[in-house]
Amino acid sequence: MKKVVAGADEAIKDIPSGATLMLGGFGLCGIPENCISAIVKKGINNLTCISNNAGVDDFGIGLMLQGRQVKKMISSYVGENAEFERQLLSGELEVELVPQGTLATRCMAAGYGMPAVFLLAGIGTEVAEGKEVRNFNGRDYLMEYAFDSDFAIVKAWKGDTQGNLIFKGTARNFSPMMAMAGKITIAEVEELVPAGELDPNCIHVPGIYVHRIFQGKDYEKRIENKTTRPRNP
Amino acid sequence: MGLNKEQIAKRIAQELKDGFYVNLGIGIPTLVANYIPEGVELVLQSENGLLGMGPFPFEGDEDPDLINAGKQTITTVPGSAFFDSAMSFGMIRAGKVDLTVLGAMEVADNGDIANWKIPKKMVKGMGGAMDLVAAAKYIIVAMQHTNPKGESKLLPKCTLPLTGVGCIKKVVTDLGVFDITPEGFKCLEYAPGVTIEEIKAKTAGRLVIADDVKEIVV
Repeated sequence: MKKVVAGADEAIKDIPSGATLMLGGFGLCGIPENCISAIVKKGINNLTCISNNAGVDDFGIGLMLQGRQVKKMISSYVGENAEFERQLLSGELEVELVPQGTLATRCMAAGYGMPAVFLLAGIGTEVAEGKEVRNFNGRDYLMEYAFDSDFAIVKAWKGDTQGNLIFKGTARNFSPMMAMAGKITIAEVEELVPAGELDPNCIHVPGIYVHRIFQGKDYEKRIENKTTRPRNP
Repeated sequence: MGLNKEQIAKRIAQELKDGFYVNLGIGIPTLVANYIPEGVELVLQSENGLLGMGPFPFEGDEDPDLINAGKQTITTVPGSAFFDSAMSFGMIRAGKVDLTVLGAMEVADNGDIANWKIPKKMVKGMGGAMDLVAAAKYIIVAMQHTNPKGESKLLPKCTLPLTGVGCIKKVVTDLGVFDITPEGFKCLEYAPGVTIEEIKAKTAGRLVIADDVKEIVV
């Protein structure tokens, strides 16, 4: 079993134009920076990206948008990106907005082998248009399908050579479910260790879900909205 | 006259009860955390995957791996827990979160809310708002009573695309406190310096005034 690859270029080398990708992260927190750079460099296009947000103009998925690599975004909130809004309003970019919990749960369903789930979010709104509604115990629920993605790309804090992953803080967000949902899952990690070094009690994603893993480098970890309070004198 | 944003947050904080798990939205709702009443212990949920959200970090202590749903750097409090987004919305959906406070563009007198989209103008997305309003047991809206054009945001029917249907229980605005009832908006309290006539004039939806209506104390 060889899951460890040399770096981002090797990890993403067989992603074709037209593929559907899941990209972990919430805002810029926990995004797979190395793989995004490699995808930008490779120049593939016509991609469908499932990711909670679309980055900012000059970082994260925003870099892929600048290169016109994205055909369709499936996200819950895309408010921080002027280029995104321009491409959307001009019709260059297709967007499907999905409630955040629905987005997470449709990833989860894929990783758990469930074809669909029944969710409350969006009942009575335009999100419900065209969807099957089922009533359980007197409440209406929308039937939402599991996502189907070719590749899932996530960043973890620590990983081992078996592909086991541990995330840090709120950088976990969508990444565990996405890692579980990809037909091929690529994990870049801040620290790659030999099997046996991570406590099995603390694994967030077991290695069975992870196909390729590599030690990432040069993380910028940009903060989108730095907010602090003054130290008392 | 009327309440400023801090005072709206302060009034909503009076609704907080000991032991509550609370999700606070972006804007005025975030300020509610600054006015938790004495003796009330509660846990703040951030839907990107944290229970036990603390205050903003001191300058220099910010951690890029520790943010809230508004992407602001934050801290944790003792007893906090991290989890993934599926579990986060699982606990919301399962009704474990006791109170949600969020902003709105429009609220209707039947409890409908619109706060995510202005067709052809704003396409930022709903984020977690649709999940929260669909499932939370107790939802309070914090907002200005009128929009910048002076038009009522308390309506007989929302004109913007809906976020949720019949889900809002209470609205706190700069002018007063309103419960959503079968009779429409029920004015329970009015802001200092605000008259019932002004509230009537600025409320487009059905409005009833509580028999024991009183001035807001903040």
